[in-house]
Amino acid sequence: MTFSFFNATFFDQAVLGITPILLAALAGTLSERVGLFNIALEGEMLVGAFAAVAGSHFGGSLQAGVLAAIAAGALFSGLLAVGSALLRGNDIVIGISLNLLAAGLTSFLLRTLFGVSGTFSDSAMAGLPRLTIPGVVALPLVGSALGHQNALVYVSWALVVVIAVFLNRTPWGLRLRGIGEQPAAAIALGADATRYRFIVTLIGGALCGLAGLQLSLGSLTLFSENMTAGRGWIAVAAVMLGRARPPYVAAACVLFGLSDALGLRLQGEGLPNQLTDSAPYIVTLAALVIAGLRERRLTVAVR
Amino acid sequence: MTIAVEVRLQLRRHLGPLLPVVGAVAVGFGMCGLIALWVGFSPSLMFVQLIKGAVEGPQMFETVARAVPLVGMSLAAAIPLRAGIVNLGADGQLALGGCAAAIVALYLPAPDLVRLALALTAGMVVGSCYAAVAAAGEIYAGVPLLLSTWLLTYPAKGFCGYLVRTSLRDPATAWPSTTRIAVGARLGHLFPGTPVNQGFLLIAAVALAVIFIDRRSSVGYELRMRGINERFARYGGVALNRQTLGVMLASGAIAGLVGAIMVLGSQFRYTDGALTAPQYSWSGTLAALLAGGEPLGSVIAAVLFAALQTGGFAMERSVEIPRVLTMVLQSVVILFLAMRGAIWKRS
Repeated sequence: MTFSFFNATFFDQAVLGITPILLAALAGTLSERVGLFNIALEGEMLVGAFAAVAGSHFGGSLQAGVLAAIAAGALFSGLLAVGSALLRGNDIVIGISLNLLAAGLTSFLLRTLFGVSGTFSDSAMAGLPRLTIPGVVALPLVGSALGHQNALVYVSWALVVVIAVFLNRTPWGLRLRGIGEQPAAAIALGADATRYRFIVTLIGGALCGLAGLQLSLGSLTLFSENMTAGRGWIAVAAVMLGRARPPYVAAACVLFGLSDALGLRLQGEGLPNQLTDSAPYIVTLAALVIAGLRERRLTVAVR
Repeated sequence: MTIAVEVRLQLRRHLGPLLPVVGAVAVGFGMCGLIALWVGFSPSLMFVQLIKGAVEGPQMFETVARAVPLVGMSLAAAIPLRAGIVNLGADGQLALGGCAAAIVALYLPAPDLVRLALALTAGMVVGSCYAAVAAAGEIYAGVPLLLSTWLLTYPAKGFCGYLVRTSLRDPATAWPSTTRIAVGARLGHLFPGTPVNQGFLLIAAVALAVIFIDRRSSVGYELRMRGINERFARYGGVALNRQTLGVMLASGAIAGLVGAIMVLGSQFRYTDGALTAPQYSWSGTLAALLAGGEPLGSVIAAVLFAALQTGGFAMERSVEIPRVLTMVLQSVVILFLAMRGAIWKRS
């Protein structure tokens, strides 16, 4: 059973499951490092998913969908940027209301623009094409999972490196981290905290837009209401678990992607989907509890 | 002269905090009007239908019936909010509470009234215990409640969905649900011929109790103190962990009670998704946020939201504007208030 259980489809699904969470978690990582608690990832992702479908349907091309997703994600996160970075409102309350606004707005637009409720799909709409990496795809078991994915999957992996380098090896990254850790000191040294927070929030929105794009046009070509299904919150958990360090955050996302795929796989084995669908959430909670307990033990030991 | 000044001062004192709320509601309505205009509907006709649909004739009772779960959920959100804690898991506690109530009402061999009372209790206890799981996670492992409560809703909904598809399934229905609860074990009508049931009295009693505890007891005082300044509350001797647990137990119990009331009073069976689909918990959370966790304000906001939603149904029927627009309106109001820093100033 063990070999056939973890088959090529399993790893393919894991990679597909990782991508949207990873993109959103990178957005959350940037926010966290600049000192903002971004819990609107879920809503930004949902808006991106909707915009991707709307853009490619009305724009008539995949490129239009991609641009729409990025623009809509950034635009929507602009509300958070204005409220939280500029006006210094409470980021938790703004985040909660943005998530709700995203759910309401996308349902409303689904009904008015497309005249349907629940799910919209258009056969003329193209999903993101898969690219093949010649050497990698020949690997056994994980070949197609790692070497035959759409461009966005590879972009998301590259972004882990890009963001890690940006944060740790560039002057802007240093200022960004400074603002997050010691705002007063960073400001005294001349860093414009508001501008950094504003821009980071917008970039985070664009990343979440891409995460939504992956959901609606990545492997499927449809939008359904609340299709993010808590992935934005799992991303928040990943940022926490990885302590906003990109490589560790990515590792946490891999864990959640694997548990997502495990749920699907167990469903294939005949387990009821109402129970297997809970797998990613339970794994996330378990990981948070284990990490929390470990941290407690360490702090006690240090004392 | 001095009297005029005094009146003005008093007015400012009492109405001053309300001004941003009124402003935000106006902005919300304005934005929804614009959205309606953009999609091609007449905003004035929309608002007329919305208001008529909420209060005209028998619609009034629909609003009251809808206010029962909404007020309950707003209190479930307001109690933690008062102490600066967010419980986003009310949906899971609601579903489990409703499911537990259905099981007791269906299968417990006891006289009708006892069964009803125990079913309500079961709903509260189960909701309460599930909320306590999240509280324990924060107390013992430092998992933030904001995150754990939300993530816990999915397994809860999944578990109830599984039960009504397997062992509890009524084979006669197309949609997964339990069999119908016997008439004797239901909550009866409060006003004959209207959808308002005795759950109204239960929620009214809960609301009065919460308002009283908040204003007049030391428990309420400690809660408010923590909401204003947690470090001060700790310094003043409030056992924060115990308070977290107590707050979540109370919040979960109310959410579970709402689930039990909906199952025993209006749906008469636990149907998969029927309790969570109307998103009472979201509206309840928004109502509580609107009032900054103050219980009386939360109740009033919840009643207003209930009117808005009932009006939304009528609006959808008559002018064909999707009623989900009312959800947009609710979130825009809170968003605007939060951006202005009128809710929960950053600490």
